[in-house]
Order: sequence, then C-alpha cells, then structure tokens
Amino acid sequence: MSERSLIVLQRLTAMVLAPCVIAHVAVIAIAFRDGLTAGEILGRVQDNVGWAAFYALFVIAAAVHAPIGLRSVLVEWGALPRRMVDIVMAAFAVLLLITGLRAVFAVVWGAP
Amino acid sequence: MTDTIPVRVWRGGDAGAFQTFDVALRDNQTVLDIVTDIQRRQDPTLSYRFACRVGVCGSCAMTVNGVPRWTCRTHVAKVAAEGVLTLEPLRNLPRLKDLAVDMTPFFDKWQKAGGTFEGRKTRDDAVDPVKPGSRARKAADAAIECINCAVCYAACDVVDWDPDYLGPAALNRVWTLVNDRRHARRSDTLDKAAQSGGCGSCHSQGACMRHCPVGLSPTESIAGLKRALLFSLLGGRL
Repeated sequence: MSERSLIVLQRLTAMVLAPCVIAHVAVIAIAFRDGLTAGEILGRVQDNVGWAAFYALFVIAAAVHAPIGLRSVLVEWGALPRRMVDIVMAAFAVLLLITGLRAVFAVVWGAP
Repeated sequence: MTDTIPVRVWRGGDAGAFQTFDVALRDNQTVLDIVTDIQRRQDPTLSYRFACRVGVCGSCAMTVNGVPRWTCRTHVAKVAAEGVLTLEPLRNLPRLKDLAVDMTPFFDKWQKAGGTFEGRKTRDDAVDPVKPGSRARKAADAAIECINCAVCYAACDVVDWDPDYLGPAALNRVWTLVNDRRHARRSDTLDKAAQSGGCGSCHSQGACMRHCPVGLSPTESIAGLKRALLFSLLGGRL
C-alpha cells in the first residue's frame, strides 16, 4: 500500500475513532453510575445488532489506525529496517482485527 | 575597561571540543558580530558561514545556547541572560568544521520532495493571472518567505529520529507549489509529498514553527499537505 493511501486511511479512521471513543467512554460512565453487573451488561448487549455494528466499526477503524501510527514510532525509535516494520505492522493489524471482531461476536452472540 | 562575555565555541568536526573566548561586549551586538570578532581578533582559523548579515540569505544559522537561531539578527543581550554564550553548529546536519555544517542533505531533500515548478504554458501564451486574494494564493503567501536557513530542520525532532524525513522546509516549499494554480503537476507533487519520509512522518510538534526566524509555520503547511491528500480522494486519486 502506498504512503499516500496510508496517510489518507489514518486520517479517515481518525474521524471514525473520535466519535467512537467519545461514545464508548460516555456509555461506560453512564452505565457504571448505577453499578451494573457484568451479567446485566451482557443481558443488554446480547443479540443487539446495533451494538455489534458500532463495535465492529470501532474495531476495524482501530485495527487500521493504530498500526499506521505505531509504524512511524517504530521507524523513528526502533532498530528494525522499514520493510520489516511494515511486515510486523501488517501482522499487528490482522491480529487487532481478528481478536477485536472475535470479542464483539462473542459478547453479542456467545463464544464461537 | 570594556565588559567581556565568555563565549564557548565548538571547535572541530564530530570529534571536537569547546574553546572559550572572552569577547568585548558592545551595544546592539549580534551573535554573528561575536563570531566575527573572535575570527578577526583572536583566532583567524575559526570557520563559520555568513553572507548578507541582514537576515535575508539564511546562511549564518547556528545553535546558540542550545537553540537554533539566525545569528545575524540575534542580539547577544537577548540570548545571553546567564552571561555566557555557547555556540555550536546546527543540529541534524553533518559537521564540517567549527560552526560550519554540510548543507548538502538539506538541499538534496528539497529536490527529493519535488519542490520544482513546472508550467503548462509557453512563452507565446498569455500570462495566467493569479488573484492575490484567492484562498490558494493566500496559503502560498503565508509560506513563501522561507530563507532556507535550516533552522527548522535543526529544530525538528523527527529529522533527528528518521534520517529519511524530508523535513519542514522542503515540505513547506511543496505546500507553496501545491497552491500555485500555474503548476502543471499538482497530483505528482502531492504524491512526492506523501512518499516514505514525507508529510505523513510529521507529528505536528511545532518546533519548526516555534524557531522559524521569519515567522513561518511549516507545521501548518504540512497539515495542509495532509489535508490536500485527503481531499484528493474526491478526485479518485488514492
């Protein structure tokens, strides 16, 4: 993928992540004010397609955004050659995507 | 008796050491005056670079008490509050001798960044008018007065960390070109700005903007390049 695409993707995903993070933190703050248990939370989100869609989008945006930023940090502060950093970061993106989507699926529809 | 100030000057290349000179203080004295005084009165072998002495040519930049500055427009009274001056060559560039650095990597990156104008008209065509009040021209105006002094390049931590980073000055130049409606290869220029080590590497820390002696904001120019890349999506160029 070209550098130009990476810059654009990082910016686009940032635009997705900003409202996602705000909604995520706001929901946590509101939900826990009444002292919800894990069971109550699961009861609310299970089979909730809207919740699943929101967090799936969140996971996809984070899986694209984070490795691009981390890549810059590794190029500047790490000892790995650029090519190796790209490979490691591509693997990191896949790892974030799989574990993140698996978690969303497991919460909404039960462990696969 | 004239007051003097101790001036610690870097001598040698990478392997060198500070040498201290006592220099007579004068009214309205600049840091460049100090260096010239040392060379003329105390040690003619001292190497440094200057030309215009009035803040136009951009050749006299050095590190003054740890901060990159244009020395011809820097008054001693303003930077030597502790009563000591420490002069070193600019950071992030190969040291040649004493206060002179090799500017080659800096200017090579200007070339690599693709800051070369290419017109689409010939001498037989009518002049393409550029409206001074247009948004693009205003953006170019805000960035155009760069004197190539490399102060921003020395101030930038990303240049220090990533030797491939093109640096604030080269990308600032590219931003002026992207905003030049007469430029024929805007998309190619944006491509080059986005290359590995291009505008995507900037963290917007703003050291360039803080230290630019002529008050430019390469940070803003680079942010503009990133924005232009995003908007170029609309033209289907990803």
